[in-house]
Amino acid sequence: MSDYNFAYLDEQTKRMIRRAILKGLAVPGYQVPFASREMPMPYGWGTGGVQVSAATLTPEDTLKVIDQGADDTTNAVSIRKFFERTACVATTEETANASVIQTRHRIPEAELSEDQILVYQVPIPEPLRFLEPRETETRKMHALQEYGLMHVKLYEDISQHGAIATAYAYPVKVEGRYVMDPSPIPKFDNPKMEMAAIQLFGAGREQRIYAVPPYTKVVSLDFEDYPFEASKADHSCDLCGAEDSYLDEVILDDAGNRMFVCSDTDYCRSRREAGHSGRLGEEAA
Amino acid sequence: MTPLLQVKNVAKMYGARIGCTEVNFDLYPGEVMGIVGESGSGKSTLLNSLAGHLTPDRGEVIFDTRADGPVDTVTMSEPQRRMLSRTDWAFVHQHARDGLRMSVSAGGNIGERLMAVGDRHYGSIRERAADWLGRVEIADSRIDDRPSAFSGGMQQRLQIARNLVTGPRLVFMDEPTGGLDVSVQARLLDLLRGLVREMGLSAIIVTHDLAVVRLLADRLMVMKDGHVVESGLTDQVLDDPQHGYTQLLVSSVLQV
Repeated sequence: MSDYNFAYLDEQTKRMIRRAILKGLAVPGYQVPFASREMPMPYGWGTGGVQVSAATLTPEDTLKVIDQGADDTTNAVSIRKFFERTACVATTEETANASVIQTRHRIPEAELSEDQILVYQVPIPEPLRFLEPRETETRKMHALQEYGLMHVKLYEDISQHGAIATAYAYPVKVEGRYVMDPSPIPKFDNPKMEMAAIQLFGAGREQRIYAVPPYTKVVSLDFEDYPFEASKADHSCDLCGAEDSYLDEVILDDAGNRMFVCSDTDYCRSRREAGHSGRLGEEAA
Repeated sequence: MTPLLQVKNVAKMYGARIGCTEVNFDLYPGEVMGIVGESGSGKSTLLNSLAGHLTPDRGEVIFDTRADGPVDTVTMSEPQRRMLSRTDWAFVHQHARDGLRMSVSAGGNIGERLMAVGDRHYGSIRERAADWLGRVEIADSRIDDRPSAFSGGMQQRLQIARNLVTGPRLVFMDEPTGGLDVSVQARLLDLLRGLVREMGLSAIIVTHDLAVVRLLADRLMVMKDGHVVESGLTDQVLDDPQHGYTQLLVSSVLQV
């Protein structure tokens, strides 16, 4: 047992965060202000997500942490270690075995179930921020459902690029009411947000928590003549051969060789263990 | 005929100081009302109070809405007032930068109001934006340029297009020609006059430029120290000023 209180935060702070989470779940997509604490990591490294996870974890939970889909990158490793030390909870890399999954910028490929919680790290929770810098004004726009401005952004995309070029942090409307920033997940993941698991979003620096309850309607904004498309690289995974997963492009050498691999490392590994193989699968193994 | 806008005893105070007080007038559909006066006379305060940017301390501003007939806009709920201000009302700022989104293209600026009232078809939004650019004499090819690449006169015309695209019935203008050189002013006035006549707009124009009201306004109100000192038909007030201040104002204009 460590000398920290369970999951680092004191019990009063966790209560405060839980109240914000419950309010967020009661009003899907609404950004609930909360008294974000200083965490032993820099802003931008997931302080919001960590606080939400800390308030959500119980000693019986199994935690999985991913960063851009990967379990083995710096951010994921350090947050996983953090909770191993301060909460002594079991950790896993397998999506199906985890009860709480903290994620940065991806939704796992494997379908989540009702007994799981997905915690997102959010840098900027306000979807209207880059168009309307005044917080007083954006709050009013949410309150009065004045969301025309969000379409101005999409309009600008089409007029400049011929298509909606927004590829991540693609704005969604939750349960027909609040427009929400789904955090910088690729728009490929947007359709997955109507899921069985609870989705919690924590923004530490901006001091906001919001949530999407299970089976909530999440609609990606679009135009009638330019409908939403969940896009991905037009390849299959070079390691596991998956056609349906979101891919990272990796430059291999100076000669322009490249490979595409699943960004979800657990999904890729489990497929390779099941015997699937892609273009470069044999070499890598 | 029901007046489009009835202003009854409107007053706005800044603490103990008077912004404007005891303002009464009716504005009928298709009518253009000019408000002139020197700096600090309360004309912008009055305009902002009428347009809902400031809350008047006293009085009523009754607008003849399409759906419910005459309604007091001071006491109506904020969502309703904001809805009005992006459908039936338009507000042209003195500085185009205050009324435009400088980081959004000309087409996006014009389309914003359309999207705000629920238009979700890119093609039709763009078509109407192009149409309105044409009406305010900006080349189609500039539709994807940002207003920061436009001249002052073009920015002002773009602001007007952005405001008129939803077919408002009442336009508030705060010194629409301020800061523009005379030839650009003349073209802008010409354009405004054409649009007002063609669309049957009602307008309230605040300015200190008597030439502007002479050209555009049917009726004129002269303000000084927050009070209306004289009002009447534009030509009548300008050609036969009764109040001492109006006489001073009219005689201050250089005859070239």
